[in-house]
Amino acid sequence: MSNKDSIKKTLIVALSLCVVCSVVVSTAAVMLKPMQEANVAEDRKRNILAAAGMLKADVSIDEQFSGISTRVVDLRTGEFSDAVDSDSYNPIAAAKDTDSSEALAAGTDTGNIGGRRENYGLVYLVGDDRNPERIILPIRGAGLWGQLYGFLALEGDGDTIAGIGFYEHKETPGLGGEVDNPRWKGQWPGKQVFRDGAVAIDIVKGTADRTGPNADYQVDGLSGATLTTRGVNNLVHFWLGDNGFGPFLANLKAGEA
Amino acid sequence: MSGIKETLTTPIFKDNPIALQILGICSALAVTSSMSVTVVMCIALTTVTAFSNLFVSIIRNHVPNSIRIIVQMVIIASLVILVDQVLKAVAYEISKQLSVFVGLIITNCIVMGRAEAFAMKNPPVSSFIDGIGNGLGYSVVLLSVGFVRELFGAGKLFGVEILPLVTDGGWYNPNGLLLLPPSAFFLIGMFIWALRSWKKEQVEAPDFKMAPHVAAREGA
Repeated sequence: MSNKDSIKKTLIVALSLCVVCSVVVSTAAVMLKPMQEANVAEDRKRNILAAAGMLKADVSIDEQFSGISTRVVDLRTGEFSDAVDSDSYNPIAAAKDTDSSEALAAGTDTGNIGGRRENYGLVYLVGDDRNPERIILPIRGAGLWGQLYGFLALEGDGDTIAGIGFYEHKETPGLGGEVDNPRWKGQWPGKQVFRDGAVAIDIVKGTADRTGPNADYQVDGLSGATLTTRGVNNLVHFWLGDNGFGPFLANLKAGEA
Repeated sequence: MSGIKETLTTPIFKDNPIALQILGICSALAVTSSMSVTVVMCIALTTVTAFSNLFVSIIRNHVPNSIRIIVQMVIIASLVILVDQVLKAVAYEISKQLSVFVGLIITNCIVMGRAEAFAMKNPPVSSFIDGIGNGLGYSVVLLSVGFVRELFGAGKLFGVEILPLVTDGGWYNPNGLLLLPPSAFFLIGMFIWALRSWKKEQVEAPDFKMAPHVAAREGA
């Protein structure tokens, strides 16, 4: 022990400790990788199903997902595309890469998605591709504290909302975090998106119109969470609008996607 | 064997890492808004503290003084990465909620503090027990804070509804403050107050004596 503070001993201890620890860490990382990837994939499918209001507790996720096809949509033209592989493509990563995204012109990033939009988006179609029962669109945008990530499901007519859900957000628990509240989400199914070709769905501050002409187009805001409410409203508008999936939905309705 | 039992139980109330040593407050604020997340965090921290103490203690006679803190950090960091990877593989939902806080166990003062203060001077077995004891001491505080926060902040325990909320058609109007991190400060403060009323010897001697108020008297 007399020489444990010598330079030689210090180097030996440091080096061997590093080797042992790095072997342990990398072994664990490599061995657990398949399980982790399976978890991530299953989690994504579960989120899609939950947003579409189709999640059943007693059937395995893979089985429930078997009726859903993932398709790539060229967001510039609103048409189906095969330019990228739908299994491995990650739209959120693509939006950060200048090669696979385009900058949104000033004032058009109304959903505050970060200034760039990917060229290709993914859509999840329930049933037949050309005439789907449901259309599930990924949506994202800024809330109060950070980006919200979720899915919006539409009925096959491309006009009626079937459900909404966020799988990741940083909103204040109890206030903006109520975007996860099933009672709030329960207001969405049945609402109409478009009126005279324009996105008309609105989250209003306070209580929505229940009986008047806007009843089909309004959802209650979250009380005590004005900024989250505004953020969700903006991002829904963005993704249903011209820079989002608007052209795709129009093409699908016309049977030309 | 009484030594081992003492090492295990002392940190729970007598020398609690949070209440007396005031260590590890940061994660106690962050993860206690729901019980299931709190439980996983407690298990993760106890495991890391116990094993880092064990490994540090095993090599304590070979660790050169000049790099001992770095050696401890490397061991702790490797264990934390291990725990994080395992959580991602087997408890994905919870690992998403814990997010960065598992990684932050690395900087949790309890782990470092016990490695430096105890494991560097004691044999492996008692160091391991000391790690478990301190993990349990941390858990006691976290679980009680988590219990109050989830029950009165969200009307639930382990995600199961106990007090039906007004927003879900029930009668209980939750206290939103309890879901925000500052509330944990108040709760930990009250925990320390209760503990020190019970165990008077934990009350610290005042650092200074407050001088009497000497505002200028009228006419003086």
